[in-house]
Amino acid sequence: MTQPHIDTPATPHWRPLSRSRASAATQGAVGAETDEITDAAIEAKEISLWYGSAQAIGDITLKIERHRVTALIGPSGCGKSTFLRCMNRMNDLIPSVRMTGELFLDDQNILDQSVDPVELRRVVGMVFQKPNPFPKSVYDNVAFGARINGYKGNYDELVQHALERAALWDEVKDKLHTSGLALSGGQQQRLCIARALAVNPQVILMDEPCSALDPIATQRIEDLMRELAEDYTIVVVTHNMQQAARVSDRTAFMLAREDRVGRLVEYGLTEQIFTAPRDQRTEAYITGRFG
Amino acid sequence: MTLTRFNRELTVLEADVLELGAMVDRQIDRAMRALVDRDIPLARAVIRDDGELNRARFHLDNVCLSLLAQNAPYAGDLRLILAVLGIVTELERAGDHAEGIGRIVVLIAGAPPAAPLDELAEMARRARRMLSDALDAFARRDPELAYRVGRDDDGVDALYDRAYRTLVDAMIARPSAVEGCTRLLWVSHNLERIADRSTNIAERVVFLVSGTLPQMNVSSH
Ligand SMILES: Nc1ncnc2c1ncn2[C@@H]1O[C@H](COP(=O)(O)OP(=O)(O)OP(=O)(O)O)[C@@H](O)[C@H]1O
Ligand SMILES: [Mg+2]
Repeated sequence: MTQPHIDTPATPHWRPLSRSRASAATQGAVGAETDEITDAAIEAKEISLWYGSAQAIGDITLKIERHRVTALIGPSGCGKSTFLRCMNRMNDLIPSVRMTGELFLDDQNILDQSVDPVELRRVVGMVFQKPNPFPKSVYDNVAFGARINGYKGNYDELVQHALERAALWDEVKDKLHTSGLALSGGQQQRLCIARALAVNPQVILMDEPCSALDPIATQRIEDLMRELAEDYTIVVVTHNMQQAARVSDRTAFMLAREDRVGRLVEYGLTEQIFTAPRDQRTEAYITGRFG
Repeated sequence: MTLTRFNRELTVLEADVLELGAMVDRQIDRAMRALVDRDIPLARAVIRDDGELNRARFHLDNVCLSLLAQNAPYAGDLRLILAVLGIVTELERAGDHAEGIGRIVVLIAGAPPAAPLDELAEMARRARRMLSDALDAFARRDPELAYRVGRDDDGVDALYDRAYRTLVDAMIARPSAVEGCTRLLWVSHNLERIADRSTNIAERVVFLVSGTLPQMNVSSH
């Protein structure tokens, strides 16, 4: 009988020689789920924008899926807010802004000069980083847009409905005629959401809507975003990776290189972006290794 | 690129996994040596040292848990921690199989082996090779090598079938060898399981690199 030979290396030979993070690339097959968008509420085609002679964003092409939450993430200055503002032409208010490309809301190119920006902003509402209620009563804040639009229906119902959709009704129903500015920060932000909802929009843009709020108020807004996505299309800019991961269905990662022009680096299902991003730069950003 | 505390902790975690892998490999080596040399004290040492492996595994589980809770990691960091949680479980089980061999040695080493040990030794050699390749693939983020581990498992399965035949034939030929051969059959089963565990580790490596968990382990056993 032969003696079986069992060799024992003095030290295991699989000790890693180098642990370069760069070699931890996410190459190869990623999750199988398709990320094609068949029902787009908004479609951007090669959007570029200049402030004066400085280009801020370059050739952004992407579709925003209807009745979903889409997050825009990326380091400060990469053009997230600029791109968000393109979607309701808020940049028009800034002199010296020039844009190229096309931006379709359903079948209409909203950059077309024939489009009325005021009407566009009714359909594509916006909520800002800092809650900005008007110095008016809660009621008037919500009714404001409808009044401007010459709404002829029942204002009490309209106000109640919008406040209910914004998950604020129960907290303010007894103080509808006190100032909106007397509410807490989180309540003010929901008031601003109610104000946007009251004019019956299709899309709601949110630019860092929770960055001025505490965690509990933040969670309420996040829950609200998920609820609203049943009936509205939501695009949210956030610096909070966990927020993007929690609330959004899709995530777009933007980045500006040395030329300081913000471009789309990667766009996909949020689950894919946060578990197995395809691009090294996305990986580095969401794992906090740069930016 | 700044190396944050979290990055450093991940690096340490990775090194600890490889350390645990080295401990498991040593256990398999010693268990097989105890079998071949009929070395009961060595077999007892293998059984005793399994406790250390278990402790190391629970320690790493806890490290993963707190890394997850404290850092809410994403992407490659998240996949690394999930992969490690899987890998340490497999390593601990592979260690249990080495311990199992040690226990069999204690039972049978009083007498000469009931059948030749060549096939078992070859199974052990290949299973250890698979384990070392799987850990190497982990350290180097090498999916090709990981897939090779999956393919190598077929070879161990074939050897297992052969060892089974050999041992059954020996029992038929020599009824007095039934007990000893049955114990050796258990040894071969433990070795086959170690190869399966190594394949599972290789699957975690592919997950770590790609984000998809492949199904390599379609072993017939
Ligand atoms: N009104 C403006 N006039 C001139 N340049 C501007 C204006 N607004 C933004 N920019 C420039 O355009 C670039 C993109 O800015 P933008 O505010 O869109 O980035 P961002 O990704 O939203 O950043 P942050 O995360 O800090 O909010 C920056 O270089 C910024 O300085
Ligand atoms: Mg901004």
